[in-house]
Amino acid sequence: MIKLFSLKQQKKDGESTPRTGNQKKASAAQLRITKDINELNLPKTCNTEFPDPDDLLTFKLVICPDEGFYKNGRFVFSFKVGPSYPHEPPKVKCETQVYHPNIDQQGNVCLNILREDWKPVLTINSVVYGLQYLFLEPNPDDPLNKEAAEVLTSNRRVFEQNVQKAIRGGYVGGIYFDRCLK
Amino acid sequence: MEECKESSQKKWTHLRKVLERPGPFSHPEFEPSPDILDFILSTCKILIVGAGGLGCELLKDLAMMGFKHIHIIDMDTIDLSNLNRQFLFRLKDVGFSKAEVAADFVNKRIQGCQVVPHCCMIQEKNPQFYRQFHVIACGLDSISARRWINGMLVSLLEYDENDVLDQSSIIPLVDGGTEGFKGNARVILPGMTACVECTLDLYPPQVTYPLCTIANTPRLPEHCVEYVKMVQWSKENPFGVPLDGDDAQHLTWVHEKASERANQFNIQGVTFRLVQGVVKNIIPAVASTNAVIAGVCATEVFKLATSCCTPLNNFMVFNDIDGIYTYTYEAEKKENCTVCSNIPHPVTIEDPSKMKLKDLIQFLCENPKFQMKNPGLTTNIDGKSKTLYIPTIDVIEARTRPNLSKTLLELGLSDGQQIIVADTTTPTSVILKLVYSISDIEMKT
Ligand SMILES: [Zn+2]
Repeated sequence: MIKLFSLKQQKKDGESTPRTGNQKKASAAQLRITKDINELNLPKTCNTEFPDPDDLLTFKLVICPDEGFYKNGRFVFSFKVGPSYPHEPPKVKCETQVYHPNIDQQGNVCLNILREDWKPVLTINSVVYGLQYLFLEPNPDDPLNKEAAEVLTSNRRVFEQNVQKAIRGGYVGGIYFDRCLK
Repeated sequence: MEECKESSQKKWTHLRKVLERPGPFSHPEFEPSPDILDFILSTCKILIVGAGGLGCELLKDLAMMGFKHIHIIDMDTIDLSNLNRQFLFRLKDVGFSKAEVAADFVNKRIQGCQVVPHCCMIQEKNPQFYRQFHVIACGLDSISARRWINGMLVSLLEYDENDVLDQSSIIPLVDGGTEGFKGNARVILPGMTACVECTLDLYPPQVTYPLCTIANTPRLPEHCVEYVKMVQWSKENPFGVPLDGDDAQHLTWVHEKASERANQFNIQGVTFRLVQGVVKNIIPAVASTNAVIAGVCATEVFKLATSCCTPLNNFMVFNDIDGIYTYTYEAEKKENCTVCSNIPHPVTIEDPSKMKLKDLIQFLCENPKFQMKNPGLTTNIDGKSKTLYIPTIDVIEARTRPNLSKTLLELGLSDGQQIIVADTTTPTSVILKLVYSISDIEMKT
């Protein structure tokens, strides 16, 4: 049995300032993100941008696919890692307008590990690979952009043409896409 | 006339039966003594975190049990909807601080009780505040608040030079949680048993629905509300500000739009209450579950404070949806828990005005205890995070490279500073604690 305190013993109150103040204490989120960032192993089509190197919780990921429908495009995602990380997933938005069945006009991304299938063992690297995969294998079964999904299912050639048209900048299906050629 | 000693009062007869003689359930090493009751009545200091459904119950239970020195902390004010179960509050109290009203109620009702309220966020209190308590009991509904308290208590632990834990630095945490008819109670001895972070997987993350379902194939009224919250609000931005779950105008707008969407997809059941529940992430609260869990927690606080009986080991789940089910098991301490297994490694620095960051990195790579390969280092200065050096990301490497040839003092690192070090050789980040041989003051003079 452990004796946690002797009877009559008052707990120390205010006396003896500890050597480590509260503000110097590392949070669980910081411990994890330092690890995640230091061990980021990016595929060669991906790059990161850190506007403030002291803030590892806010950064951008740039994906330039070198094969598939989205070849030659340049797509920017913003990452925001909250204080509840890794209990909660990072918040990821696509900043580039893209003609994609799983990404909508507001930049919302439908990737399971960013929402319902997130687990604390997953890392920033897992998310990067998940996003990269979305460009190699757009998934018409879980669409956010229904029109794009329908085109992908019915005619892959037309879909490919639409994607390339959007990347070069122009109207696809009545929506204007900014040029995002690499 | 001689004043009657409080512990001899008749109302404590039942406690004395447990504390002044051994019983079949007491630990073999338990030493019965009248001093224990005195300790409860006059010395033992308890902190209750949260003055909501569980907190009201906990405060009442502990105060009636004889604990006199109780602090209670909660930043919230009383809402009309709290009154059905947070029984220390009355209609006239709506809008006032939960902690203050609860403390006031108990101080008036229970003679000699000195409840001290704190109407603020737990993060506003410093380590010295938390250090003064013998036991801390939590009745919270947020995982992030639990993680914060847990991290705070782990940071108060003291270790000797052989990394042996000083048991007198342990402040036990008794944590209760409820959700509808389900609840749990657990005892955490920081540094010794599983902590909140060790068992993070036990807390289910917020209910989330696949984004594509919300966008295209909604089936539940919740899907419609989520759609308005996630997509429509940012698209139409009706009030020019982020959605605020406490703003009735905002909720009305969401209710209206969610109803339109529900009609479109023939979904029933989008009510204002549901909208409020989804937007604010409200978990249903049942008074009886709170009472059961608080009762278990208060008993554990009593056991820990008196040592009269071995505490719960260490996780109890309770469920009375269909009959009554309870189960207790030992949640295991994680060998590589980022919080409680992460004992800061003291690193003695002879002269921080001479030692450069690259020397520290070289030390981490060459020292037999660390043998790191390519460490990345961050820290906190004045409450702000600072990246000292990250070798693996080109953009950060280039920006932090100048730090390598700066001394620890030039980098603003002080005695006792914690440095977070990530390296492929360890499963989680490691914490270093700089120990300066010469103190800051000596160096300045
Ligand atoms: Zn732990």
